[in-house]
Amino acid sequence: MKVIGKVWKFGDDIDTDLIIPARYLNTSDPAELAKHCMEDADPEFAGKVEKSDIIVADKNFGCGSSREHAPIAIKAAGISCVIAKSFARIFYRNAFNMGLPILECEDADKFQTGDSLSVDFDSGIITCLKTGQTFYSRPIPPFMQELVQSGGLMKYIQKKV
Amino acid sequence: MGMTLTQKILAVHAQKDHVNPGDLINARIDVALGNDITAPIAIERFNESGAKTVFDKDRVVLVPDHFVPNKDIKSAMQAKILREFAHKHQLTYFYDAGEMGVEHALLPEKGLVLPGDLVIGADSHTCTYGGLGAFATGVGSTDLAAAMVTGEVWLKVPESIKFVFKGELSLWVEAKDLILYTIGKIGVDGALYQAMEFTGPVIEKMGIAGRMTMANMAIEAGAKNGIFAPDAVTEAYVKDRAVRNYVFYESDPDAEYAKIYEFDCSNIEPQVAFPHLPENVRGLSDVGEVLIDQVVIGSCTNGRIEDMRVAAQVIKGHKVAKGIRLIIIPATPYVYRTALQEGLFEIFLDAGAVISPPTCGPCLGGHMGILAKGERAVATTNRNFVGRMGHPESEVYLASPSVAAACAVLGKIGGPDQLQ
Ligand code: SF4
Repeated sequence: MKVIGKVWKFGDDIDTDLIIPARYLNTSDPAELAKHCMEDADPEFAGKVEKSDIIVADKNFGCGSSREHAPIAIKAAGISCVIAKSFARIFYRNAFNMGLPILECEDADKFQTGDSLSVDFDSGIITCLKTGQTFYSRPIPPFMQELVQSGGLMKYIQKKV
Repeated sequence: MGMTLTQKILAVHAQKDHVNPGDLINARIDVALGNDITAPIAIERFNESGAKTVFDKDRVVLVPDHFVPNKDIKSAMQAKILREFAHKHQLTYFYDAGEMGVEHALLPEKGLVLPGDLVIGADSHTCTYGGLGAFATGVGSTDLAAAMVTGEVWLKVPESIKFVFKGELSLWVEAKDLILYTIGKIGVDGALYQAMEFTGPVIEKMGIAGRMTMANMAIEAGAKNGIFAPDAVTEAYVKDRAVRNYVFYESDPDAEYAKIYEFDCSNIEPQVAFPHLPENVRGLSDVGEVLIDQVVIGSCTNGRIEDMRVAAQVIKGHKVAKGIRLIIIPATPYVYRTALQEGLFEIFLDAGAVISPPTCGPCLGGHMGILAKGERAVATTNRNFVGRMGHPESEVYLASPSVAAACAVLGKIGGPDQLQ
């Protein structure tokens, strides 16, 4: 599985309140959540993000609460994957469980907002389309890709029952 | 390259010869656990999935222990969801009413979690079972729902940190002090994502209760799991209770560790974690004068019979200080009965304590001993976050059962050797 998208770059410790502020948690409707995604980190994000864009961040992305709304909001905003130096443990689980692919890449700080990337989940290779430079991340194993393609853990399981 | 104990258990359950830290695996589970807070959501997702049956009725364990005996209508409704699900799916191990105990004390006692197992629970202190040499970790309700359907869980293989405990324990220094000391040294994120492997001569001499106390608090250092290599002590504990076969694994001599810490226990005194983080640890001699209102002895950390015994030993012949509420919570019906038979209740009652039925109760600010604004408690529990035991302006100090018992008599924070 491969995605191509434009980078939205964020820094360290992007917490779940920046991803989706608690004031919007009175709904779990993905489309509603998407409208406020990343609002407190970049108020323009939700209005300008395009389908298959990629969020890139530095370390500890998704720290804070265990709310599953965070990956839901990102996914519903059209983001195809999140690349970061590291993720908070619960966000990591929630993201895959909600069907949002995420990749750990030590070189995440080398990407800039506006770069176009091609990301291959099988090999973990990330290619910057402007410079042709390649970077490595840990590949996503086939069963996890299946989970993502199904739209999350529970949908993946529905196919099995 | 060799593997750690944690890697070995994960490799076997993922049907692989070898796994490396960072690998994503899909693994078979031995037990999936839920409680009255997390299981209702998991049951809803389970039902939405269209699954007709759980993957194995002997391996899905439900324990309503947090707000039970039901503290209000909402908690009664939650417990009812578990009861009906357990009945519908004919779950072998559902503990209700007089059989119920604090989940992480109950499952090992019943022989349901065993060395070499891979256990997931929708509760962060599921890591307790590492005390028996199992890989056990806390997950979310969605994970529990999926596991109940498939009997599998996806996991990222953690790196391991090795802790070596050397020297001799001083009088009144317990497993709780060692884990508080460790968290004080490495911090609440000191083992983020990682496995904490506890080893060394002090650990070899430690009983299973102490090992479970330490594994229980691995999550308080951010760890994915805590683990002890099973040995003769483990064998003696599990052999007559195990409901299934079990396997002992040990780390290879050339296994790789992200870090190794060595602690000389001879220098460790009883420890107290100050509000509002388990890493705010001080030795008793550095505590100063801290007056208190309540003492709680219980929970999945320190509610076992060994904990009751040491608390009774300290308190015997003394009275709880005037105005102090001492609440004793045996973690399971077995602990309750044994404490009664051994005459420990007599000691507690003579001292002026309240004895609660088994429950999580005040540990998470549920019921049975909530703190008012400005009140302070010493508790043998595992978390002292803001508002954990009641009012947001109350305070919780974490300590061992012997220190907690002494505090009740002294009316302030202090150790057993301060009692006349
Ligand atoms: S005793 Fe406390 S920490 Fe343990 S399971 Fe109950 S609420 Fe959680």
